[in-house]
Amino acid sequence: MPPSEADPLKRLSFLRRFLAQPWVLGLVGVATAMLIWFLTTASGAVDNLFLPSPQAVWQAGQAQWQSGLLLKDAVASIQRVFIGFALSAGLALPVGIAMGTNPTICRLLEPLMGLIRYMPAPAFIPLLIIYFGLEELPKILLIFIGTFFFNTLMIMDAVKFVPSELVETALTLGGRGLPILTRVVAPFVAPQVLDTYRINMASAWNLVIVAELVAATEGLGKRISLAQRFLRTDDIFVGLIVIGLVGLVIDLGFRFLMRKACSWAN
Amino acid sequence: MHLQVSSVCKSFGYGPKTKPVLDAVSFDLHSGQFLALVGSSGSGKSTMMRLIAGLDRPSSGEIRLDGELIRGPGADRGMVFQKYSLYPWLTAAQNVAFGMRLQGRPKAEVRERTAYFLEVVGLVDSARLLPRELSGGMQQRVAIARALAAEPKVLLLDEPFGALDLQIRESMQDFLHRLWMQTGLTALLITHDLEEALLLAQQVHILAPRPGRIVRSVNADLDRSSLAHLRVSQPFLALREELASCLRSLDSTLTA
Repeated sequence: MPPSEADPLKRLSFLRRFLAQPWVLGLVGVATAMLIWFLTTASGAVDNLFLPSPQAVWQAGQAQWQSGLLLKDAVASIQRVFIGFALSAGLALPVGIAMGTNPTICRLLEPLMGLIRYMPAPAFIPLLIIYFGLEELPKILLIFIGTFFFNTLMIMDAVKFVPSELVETALTLGGRGLPILTRVVAPFVAPQVLDTYRINMASAWNLVIVAELVAATEGLGKRISLAQRFLRTDDIFVGLIVIGLVGLVIDLGFRFLMRKACSWAN
Repeated sequence: MHLQVSSVCKSFGYGPKTKPVLDAVSFDLHSGQFLALVGSSGSGKSTMMRLIAGLDRPSSGEIRLDGELIRGPGADRGMVFQKYSLYPWLTAAQNVAFGMRLQGRPKAEVRERTAYFLEVVGLVDSARLLPRELSGGMQQRVAIARALAAEPKVLLLDEPFGALDLQIRESMQDFLHRLWMQTGLTALLITHDLEEALLLAQQVHILAPRPGRIVRSVNADLDRSSLAHLRVSQPFLALREELASCLRSLDSTLTA
């Protein structure tokens, strides 16, 4: 910057650079929402029973943490999400690749999957309870049903868009089926597959909460539905915020993984 | 090495919708030769290349390499596409090594040959760069190095410089010519650029469009000691003009 420039301008450009940091504006957005929340409750305009103050929510959170309930609930929910989603992701990968590379398999399965995909997963809950009772299995299966078809179809699409030149080049270099799959198709679709998982992970979180609202002994969703019974809006807020935070951490984890493993695609 | 293309026909579609793309195309290519197929769009030249590469099958006729009928793609026919053929997650050196690794060659040999072919195409300094960090011309040189490193009997070049700027095209033509002199490779070039074909190839076949068929073959026995001189030399310009009018007449019969 030329030294002749005036001081206030310099300060302005510093501010501009500060705001250009990718996380700064995001933090400003969150802080603003918090502030509005705080001011609304502090002004007494809304009954605390409906909208608890940030301090009350913080205290409720501390109480849940100290009793060990928060951790137990979070672990229970996270476990269900991970098992259900791991099954879905693990099976969607080979099926999606098979559908993306083989037109016969694709024509066989795509209409079926397209149909099931539009059936809302929560609508399966009554069936799952009839079949498997109230234990873990129906919740895990719900997450599986709710994410498997999306995962598969999105992976299939990613595979279909592998440029034919990349595959044909490998063929003219002496490549054959499996090596082409592992050395050309897999690395090419890896970023999109990770992104697919990241996006559908959000549905898995939605579904685990829905499942727990209906029937569970523990879990973040269960805690929320119990809190409703006792009009404990502060506990509901704790549950909502924790669910949001865990989801955000998982999302960031996927982004981190993608940056590390697929730096070429950025 | 002897590549034999005999009365190859190719059509796409079935029944009344059948569209002939190639009609009884025949030519030969011997070791060390540089041959070019020139034609406008619709002349089936890319289809011809895919048939030789084994990526498609002829509807009739046959293609033989050293007497062996071609039934599918193989490492004996290396191919360079017009664009988008480098693996974007691999560095230049890893791209060059790719074919050799598919072939399961010993690591030391792969390393040695990778270094050698990067040197041949003048990209030693860019060995560790990703394709997106390379210019279009550099990317095509990597693609050529990758094809050569797999030791093909014949190099198939499908409009390899078609996506490049004019100036870069010229320098790439010089590069390819030097490479041919230096390594004695056997090459089949497909292009719509008559000048490019005459500069590089000893033999040029002109393809007429719809359906693609060879209408003219010339031996371009020109003095290629300097491409810069060749570009402005009388015999070259005369030959180019003659063939250009031939190509033009093909187009006019099409529109008439």
